[in-house]
Amino acid sequence: MHPVRKQRLIFVIAGVIATSIAIGLVVYAMRENINLFYPPSKIAAGDVPHNRMIRGGGCVKPGSVVRSKENLDINFILTDGVAEVPVKFSGILPDLFAEGEAAVVNGKIDDKGMFNADQVLAKHDENYTPPEVASMKDGNDHKNDQVICKGMNYGA
Amino acid sequence: MNWQWFHRLGSPRWFYEKTDAWVPWLIIFAWGLLLTGTIWGLGFAPMDAKQKDSYRILYVHAPVAFISMACYYLMAIAGAIGLIWKMKLPYMVMKSAAPIGFAFTVIVLATGSIWGRPTWGTWWEWDGRMTSYLVLSFLYLGVIALQNAFQSRDTADKASAILALVGTVNIPIIYKSVDWWYTLHQPATLKLVGKSTIHVSMLYPLFTMIAGFYVFFTLVLILFTRTEILRRESKTQWVKDLAAGNARKEEVAQ
Repeated sequence: MHPVRKQRLIFVIAGVIATSIAIGLVVYAMRENINLFYPPSKIAAGDVPHNRMIRGGGCVKPGSVVRSKENLDINFILTDGVAEVPVKFSGILPDLFAEGEAAVVNGKIDDKGMFNADQVLAKHDENYTPPEVASMKDGNDHKNDQVICKGMNYGA
Repeated sequence: MNWQWFHRLGSPRWFYEKTDAWVPWLIIFAWGLLLTGTIWGLGFAPMDAKQKDSYRILYVHAPVAFISMACYYLMAIAGAIGLIWKMKLPYMVMKSAAPIGFAFTVIVLATGSIWGRPTWGTWWEWDGRMTSYLVLSFLYLGVIALQNAFQSRDTADKASAILALVGTVNIPIIYKSVDWWYTLHQPATLKLVGKSTIHVSMLYPLFTMIAGFYVFFTLVLILFTRTEILRRESKTQWVKDLAAGNARKEEVAQ
């Protein structure tokens, strides 16, 4: 390889590495802000401001959904397997909202620790299964999937 | 090491003449694969237990998303080769890749939005995946803008190559965003390591669509690059001869 080209090659690679490190550090520093929502354990621990618009996310605890008979009010509990947060919402839920599935809620936490949601989003998991296969699975140990939502990332 | 073969590869004329025969084959394969994949995916693949039929948009969304990111690497590597070896052809490939990549990102954002509305309950959410992907779209726009912002061809090529290279850092961020942060977008279904979490009956049409879109992308990139070659080499003898030859052919036909 011609020495001039070699020099340019090194220059280009060094440039890419340097900018990657710089942007990587910026992203790392902002990691808390890039998270779309707070997990229930953070909300329960009091790390989240009250009476301000925030997003929470977690698994809709199986058996916790209570719908009002008169209006669109709905109460449910969000959990990440560590802590639980009660949520109140009034409105139409997305089709994929279900117990044992993940949801993201947008709203304010009042002083009693109740999450008053203005918006409820369903978070879909990464599994694609035909109905016949899914119902076969239900007969087995599918119940464990529902305790902590599979497909919801708790590693961050 | 002997680099002569590499320089021969960088000849626009060599590329133009070589790809002449490839184009019809690529058209046949792109049509064949995309048609098969579409019919298979929309008509024969089973529906999803939770999402019902709306998941089928995945057959366009996912392949186009993969290629829009692969296309970015291709564009950046072409730009790097142009910077290092000062060859003409890589710059032409880089310039041609930008509008294709941008079109693909628009398709991905649109299909994602259409899927997100019934599935999540929102058209758009500023989560890590969606925001970083939007940045990819803007990076393509930036390269297109830089290509048109300079009087000098050489300056435009160098500037866009540098932007393309700097932007490569965004690709792993897009890919890993769903694992690094809490996002609304679900984690990867097709995994590089480990088992994919999609049933085989849905996976095969997806593979067909991925292959089809890759062939389609190759075809469009070659066609764009060929046009760019003719535009930039229009003063060379071989292009003039080519044009004269075509004109003569038309005369004979008339």
